[in-house]
Amino acid sequence: MLVNQFLLLSAFLFCTGVYGVLARRNAVMVLMSIELMLNAVNINLLTFGVLHGTVSGQVFALFIIAVAAAEVAVGLAIVLLIYRNRSNIDVDDLDLMKG
Amino acid sequence: MLSVLVAQNIAFGIIAAIACISAVRMVTTQNVVHAALYLVAVLASLAAIYILLVAEFVATTQFLVYIGAVMVLFLFGVMLTRAPTTGDSRLTGDHWPIGLGVAVMLAGVLTYVVLDFFGSDQLPNDPIVFDTADVGDSIFSTYLVPFEAVSVLLLAALIGAIVLVRKD
Repeated sequence: MLVNQFLLLSAFLFCTGVYGVLARRNAVMVLMSIELMLNAVNINLLTFGVLHGTVSGQVFALFIIAVAAAEVAVGLAIVLLIYRNRSNIDVDDLDLMKG
Repeated sequence: MLSVLVAQNIAFGIIAAIACISAVRMVTTQNVVHAALYLVAVLASLAAIYILLVAEFVATTQFLVYIGAVMVLFLFGVMLTRAPTTGDSRLTGDHWPIGLGVAVMLAGVLTYVVLDFFGSDQLPNDPIVFDTADVGDSIFSTYLVPFEAVSVLLLAALIGAIVLVRKD
């Protein structure tokens, strides 16, 4: 298998996640897109782990999965807080710090 | 050996197609629950890709943590925030062309760099297989300090989430 096919799949998924983060208004959808980007990075780590014959890629992929789980928990807590205060979760409406 | 490689490539093609189509649908659909289901499809295909990359333990963890736990969290989030689950164009903002432009440019740069640097490099035909014991050995020797840091991070995130949404 080519190295490129995995890296290009990863790049495509990452860019899809970037589009989701920038274009979506619903905060839960933004969090889902961030998950997509983190998973795309995992493909890269595992590919380079296989390419260089080391176990470090798998270890770092596991670390990323753990950090992503923590990020989702805190992120959804923040989204729930926003919903409780403003009764919608539209990220375009969160312009309190706009000059 | 050659037939195995062909089989791997066919499997990669099918899985990658499922992952890409589901990812694009995930960021374009107008229904939050559908988006969550498309995310499940993406994560499951990525678990299959991890198996192609001889990382069985990571694939298992992907299934348990993402498709098991994180998706339940997302569905809880969707339900608790009462986001519109029927067709509603407000899911995508008015400035989506900017996002599309950024994503396309980033994709162009990444594709150019990857193709330029790796060309037609091949992954090793019989890669070194690291089983779960090897991964565990590495985590608990070389990466012991990062592992403990991740443990503390998870604890802090758990307590932080509870403190944030506590009603008092």
